[in-house]
Amino acid sequence: MDQRKCECGHTNPIGTLLCESCGKPLEAFGEGQNAFPDMRYEGMARRSQTYTTKWIDKVWNFFSSVKVAIGIILVILIACAIGTIFPQQQYIPVPVPTEQDVARFYSDTYGTLGRFYYELGLHNLYSSWWFATLLVLLGTSLVICSLDRAIPLYKALNKPRLNQHKSFLKGQKVFAETNLPEGTRAEELLEASAAAMRKKGYRIFAADHALLGEKGRFSRWGPYVNHIGLILFLLGVLLRNVPGFYMDKYVWVREGETVPIPDTPYYVKNVAYHTEYWAKEELPVELELEEGFAIPKSYQTDAVLYLNKNADIPGAPPDLVELASGPILVNHPMQYEELSLYQSGFQEMQLGALNFTLVDLKEGNREIGPVKLDLFDPPKEIEVAAGYKVRVLDYFPDFKMGSDGKPITQSNLPNNPMFTLEVIAEEKNISEKMAYLQGTVITQKKDSRYGLKIEMPDLIDITGLNVRVDKALPLIYFGSFVFMVGVVMGFFWQHRRIWVQIQEGKVLIAAHTNKNWYGLRQELQGVLDQLNLPVKVEENSKA
Amino acid sequence: MNKTNRVYIRVAILGVLLVALVFALYSSFVKDPNAVKEGKAAPNFSLERLDGGQLALADLRGKGVVLNFWGTWCEPCKKEMPALQKQYEVFKDKGLEVIGVNIAESPITVEPFVQQFGVEFPILLDRQSQITKLYRIGPIPTTFFISPEGTVKEIFIGQLNEATIASKVEKILP
Repeated sequence: MDQRKCECGHTNPIGTLLCESCGKPLEAFGEGQNAFPDMRYEGMARRSQTYTTKWIDKVWNFFSSVKVAIGIILVILIACAIGTIFPQQQYIPVPVPTEQDVARFYSDTYGTLGRFYYELGLHNLYSSWWFATLLVLLGTSLVICSLDRAIPLYKALNKPRLNQHKSFLKGQKVFAETNLPEGTRAEELLEASAAAMRKKGYRIFAADHALLGEKGRFSRWGPYVNHIGLILFLLGVLLRNVPGFYMDKYVWVREGETVPIPDTPYYVKNVAYHTEYWAKEELPVELELEEGFAIPKSYQTDAVLYLNKNADIPGAPPDLVELASGPILVNHPMQYEELSLYQSGFQEMQLGALNFTLVDLKEGNREIGPVKLDLFDPPKEIEVAAGYKVRVLDYFPDFKMGSDGKPITQSNLPNNPMFTLEVIAEEKNISEKMAYLQGTVITQKKDSRYGLKIEMPDLIDITGLNVRVDKALPLIYFGSFVFMVGVVMGFFWQHRRIWVQIQEGKVLIAAHTNKNWYGLRQELQGVLDQLNLPVKVEENSKA
Repeated sequence: MNKTNRVYIRVAILGVLLVALVFALYSSFVKDPNAVKEGKAAPNFSLERLDGGQLALADLRGKGVVLNFWGTWCEPCKKEMPALQKQYEVFKDKGLEVIGVNIAESPITVEPFVQQFGVEFPILLDRQSQITKLYRIGPIPTTFFISPEGTVKEIFIGQLNEATIASKVEKILP
């Protein structure tokens, strides 16, 4: 037999605690271990417990367990915590161009623990396959746990039971029993109590000698609404993996430069970058700041966003159309359709170009004209003045003397620029070679006619922009909103029920709520006082 | 609801959740669906040549292409340059093209370097590292061996010598 028959004649599915029809506990209860069943799911059989014959039911049964759900949540919590011990790969604060550099970063910075961290793949924990699996398992558990409880609960609450068995009423935490006062008809008493409960906002269900007042039933759905919110949230996180839904890129742009945004047809130009500082007068209190130290007020890039109409072939000369322009401030991104550009980094006062003045040393340091050497796009030849040219022969942006005694560059960044130049005075038929290196100009001939006077270099700011597309964000926000609605439903309302039954000249009163028992007792006492029934509402400590 | 219905619904729900799991696993394994891989088509691009004009990869269909990413600051790039030049001379009449993509350097830096090594094959200037990023270049030198049909046959990271170049080129000649 997989079903249980109640003495009232109703057949209940296995796992049922309280008879679906009369509410009588199906197991005898008394004190101690055989306490009155928990009212959380109205004594209904949880669906998963009904049949576990097929393997699919076993899988279902596994995920429907709250213990399993808590286990999954704990594992996720621990994993999340471990992921914060050392920085994740994308947050390594120094450039790590190759995988070896990444490995070296962890072992050099954090020692043996760091090495293990890297080798276990914990430096990419949140995008690992097993973390994704855990999240999906959590989603599965949420869906199944909710379905498994919400459906029987809905069925139970949808048809309020009126003629409950006396043991059901007796088993409630709040229960009172008294004789029907002399000269009062049962109908009158029920009518009066119905009126009193209605006044307090209860919905009344009535039958022969039985009455049920109920309010705030919807608060029982709070946990399920909040689970729907969580499922939507997780779905949003999962959707980020769908191509086109999510993009997160970082570009460094020098002032005046227009760069392509990788994997998009867009270009962005940094017109100017500027950090603003609080003036002394603006500060509410006098701060003892060190000399030359100021507190930043804002970080701003004036940017232009372009679309490359010639994006079909990467690298081909771009055909740019302006889409948007304006300032980008921290937390105030530039937005164009789904694209957002956030201010996220800066490097100020970087060398942009070297400036010199060509001088004729033999004519009393006569200034001939300016020479500008752009470090990112040096010119081949500069017309300094009529008849005077400077040719750039060699450029080593990150100079170092090589092991064979020849100059080399260590990178393509102008960290230590070195130029070799040729000054040509056409009319005088003079050609002289010289080099610039680490703040000095070295001439090839000791007794050279021309020289370069070093002027103030052009300093530029480089801005770091975070380019993002996140189409899943509205769903994630919506999920969070639904989650909050569920929390509010469950937290600020209570499902209260009061049963009044008249059996054999006795008035039986029982009440149940899912929280705030004090409030329920007050409310019930108010009703009883109105009816002039000589009972004091007390809590039944047994239950 | 009867028993068979219940089983169907459970199978359907678990099926949907399984699809979600497979998708989550797939996308965490395939982190970069646009990455250039062996066996996949080499993405087309067009870059400015050091000696002027543009060169597009697609124009070289029908030829085997050795696509080499390099920089003047990179010692192994320097060392393999003569080997690339030699093999270019050996195979250029048999349908091989060698292309050196310089990563974000100015022509003034690149030109003396190219002259010093007597490089005759086309050198392209990837001034904004756009193609370097497109091909997901990590350490350099990185060399792609591309078939006449435009498929990446092999990706080699590190310094090449003449013998290895020759053996790999044999596989991509038309």
